[in-house]
Amino acid sequence: MGDTLSATPFITLSAILFTIGCVGVLTRRNAIVVFMSVELMLNATNLALITFARVHGNLDGQVAAFFVMVVAAAEVVVGLAIIMTIFRTRRSASVDDASLLKY
Amino acid sequence: MIAFWVLAPIMVAAALGILFSRKAVHAALLLAVVMISLAILYAVQDAPFLFVVQIIVYTGAILMLFLFVLMLVGVDAADSVVETIPGQRVTAVLLGLGFGTILTLGIAQVTFRVAGLAEANADGNVEGLAGLLFSSYVLAFQVTAALLITAALGAMVLAHRERLTPKLSQADLARQRMRDYAETGKHLGPLPAPGVFARHNSVDTPALLPDGSVAEASISRVLAARGVVGSAESAADIDRVTRQIGTGADAEDDIHASHEGESGEGEV
Repeated sequence: MGDTLSATPFITLSAILFTIGCVGVLTRRNAIVVFMSVELMLNATNLALITFARVHGNLDGQVAAFFVMVVAAAEVVVGLAIIMTIFRTRRSASVDDASLLKY
Repeated sequence: MIAFWVLAPIMVAAALGILFSRKAVHAALLLAVVMISLAILYAVQDAPFLFVVQIIVYTGAILMLFLFVLMLVGVDAADSVVETIPGQRVTAVLLGLGFGTILTLGIAQVTFRVAGLAEANADGNVEGLAGLLFSSYVLAFQVTAALLITAALGAMVLAHRERLTPKLSQADLARQRMRDYAETGKHLGPLPAPGVFARHNSVDTPALLPDGSVAEASISRVLAARGVVGSAESAADIDRVTRQIGTGADAEDDIHASHEGESGEGEV
């Protein structure tokens, strides 16, 4: 059924989404939006992994994507808790305000 | 392939929306669009298990977590537009464009011979994944369990807060209020209600003081921070109506009077 699907469009879409996520991390200042951009990049790599699983004809790529999802879930939990703690002490969610380690 | 060509523009547009949206809530909703579209692309690519996992874990759990934290952190935490490093945004966009071009060019030079998953999925996708997870990836799978427990504990430790001062009782609060009144003359009673009875049946309309100015305390602080307070327009409306009726026949004097009473403004 899906065997005739070409892989290049999927990989290209994945690359575009990854790039947008990258630019988001570099330009946005709100820590939560930066985090969302990281999620976008993880999702883009998942799409590439699943497409490559289809290219190679085995399920290892899908298992890798599954592990990426698990790690992303753990990362989001801890990351958002850190953002909340920082917000509690400094009343700000901007990534520029947490610069105390610089000095 | 139809699903791909329908969804790909939507996904790219939504991803660009995350980049440009001013409010974090909008970014979260656009991220949901991207993730659901991705789930459909997984289903198209013979990955029904990951389709379900994507919807449950990403759109169900992770995005809800994002929205919860957005609610806790507050909607008035606006993104600042000032650049701390000069030229950072332009450089970032240029780097991104370069990176994207290199990636796309690299992909364009490769031809993929798609083997297809018909053979691997012969016993069913879930069975195939389970076979791999519980044989060659079993160690990684168990380490994942340790990771999840550590993450849950870490989140609990980070989110936990010790109470440093004793909790204020109702009597303490009353005493505090009386002290405020004695020292600063702060009003003792409840805050004024919004101007829902004057003209609009909505809490974003501020109450008007007898001199026609806006009573700041009658509007929720959150609404003021979001900038959705519908203020001057309604006051102007009342002015206009008062003037119209004022120039009309004497028979409408009753209405005029009642309008004056409602709006709290007399003719100057």
